[in-house]
Amino acid sequence: MKYAYYPGCSLESGSAAYDVSVRSVMESLGFQLDEVDDWNCCGATEYFTQHELVALSVIARNLALVDKQYEQLVAPCAACFLNLKKTDKLMAEDRSLRDHVNEALGAGGLSYKPGTVRVRHLLEVLYSDVGETALRQRTKRSLAGLRIAPYYGCQVVRPLNGLDNTEYPMKMDELFTWLGAEVVDYPVKAHCCGGHMTQISESQAFELIRRLLQSAQDYKADVIVCICPMCQLNLDAYQSRVNSEFNQNFRLPVLFLTQLVGIALGLDWKKLGIGKEIVSAEPILREKLEQASAATAG
Amino acid sequence: MIAEPSNSHRSAFMAEVIESAPGGERIVHCLQCGSCGGSCPSGADMDYTPRTVFAMIAADQRDRVLRSNTMWCCVSCYFCTTRCPQNIPITEVMYALKRISIAEGIAKEGDGPALARTFTGMVEKYGRSFEFGLASTYYFFHKPGSMFKMGPMGLSMLSRGRLSLIPKRIRQIDQLQSIIKKAKELGGTS
Repeated sequence: MKYAYYPGCSLESGSAAYDVSVRSVMESLGFQLDEVDDWNCCGATEYFTQHELVALSVIARNLALVDKQYEQLVAPCAACFLNLKKTDKLMAEDRSLRDHVNEALGAGGLSYKPGTVRVRHLLEVLYSDVGETALRQRTKRSLAGLRIAPYYGCQVVRPLNGLDNTEYPMKMDELFTWLGAEVVDYPVKAHCCGGHMTQISESQAFELIRRLLQSAQDYKADVIVCICPMCQLNLDAYQSRVNSEFNQNFRLPVLFLTQLVGIALGLDWKKLGIGKEIVSAEPILREKLEQASAATAG
Repeated sequence: MIAEPSNSHRSAFMAEVIESAPGGERIVHCLQCGSCGGSCPSGADMDYTPRTVFAMIAADQRDRVLRSNTMWCCVSCYFCTTRCPQNIPITEVMYALKRISIAEGIAKEGDGPALARTFTGMVEKYGRSFEFGLASTYYFFHKPGSMFKMGPMGLSMLSRGRLSLIPKRIRQIDQLQSIIKKAKELGGTS
């Protein structure tokens, strides 16, 4: 099975661990990801704030660049996924909008017919296309003993209903039980991390981050797992700032979905970007996973 | 037959918002139930919750709405949108209010508009976002007082190979710039 791949800007730098682990995991599972040639930034939320037609045209350039041999486009970033899927949907629903976007694309010699490319989030691909049987069979190192708090955030499960429940998503929960982990059922798993508010209004963002960390800690999670670069950045890189702000002592490692899937598949941790997180995950991973192996061996 | 509310009952501002937001025509169906404000992670920080804003739009209070911080508190989490019993695309309406307030020059000094402009400026120059350039430009010009607090985090990111100091430019930047130029000329979306 092969897919066109849209890594998005965050995966080139701040979330390089997500990119390297997505590529390692999919390759080891025999799924081919081919990066879209010369893709551009999806604009996140920042073009929609200023000019809607520019926002949609900038996103649509990427859909137009997907080579005809690919029917599906995979995006691991929540904002990229939402933008690509939303643009395809709006162009399909509104003829005048479609014509305007295509007129703009035409200035660059491109055009896009909505529905040509099926936009998928990486979680769907792992959950549905790879699926339970393959993931169970390919597990070389069970995640037993590790308490995982799956964190879905906002833009993958909302507003494009259909991927999972918008309030209480379960796909990542189920996926991690296939890999043997103990999944923490905590109430804020689809609440907001504050998004770009960490740059605009720290007081607003830090309180949202605090609630998430507090809940994951109350439910005794060893690690939080993200499917969005912004969520990972806010929870991981801002954790020490949140600690100072609220006089707390959270030390919760925050990893990406594919980093832990990769560990379960027995891949080299270096190929999964383990160690790039600010709050180090290695001590707890080694402690919990080795305890579990020792218990199994014993 | 279900009658649609007549146009004559719409305020001028309501018509403007409807025109600017995809699916915006649903706002005429607002029940004033307050599910939106109650669901909003930023509700407590807003001058007016979305429910109040919808009432103000119906009452043609354009200036008060556009001068409020409500839409700038929106984090695009879509809780309000998926919970609204009247299927109003509330997040899209918030984006439309941001766009109108920027176009009117009302929002020009805020941090939200500044971040948006800095971000898209990078995209128009390189075709990709450039996190280091974005953060340094935005904080230097708009939040100089916060720069020292960001230093340690920047260094942690740098030492883990998570901060690139050099922007990546796409090959066909001219093509992207032509598309953006044309889209700006075409203006509105409807």
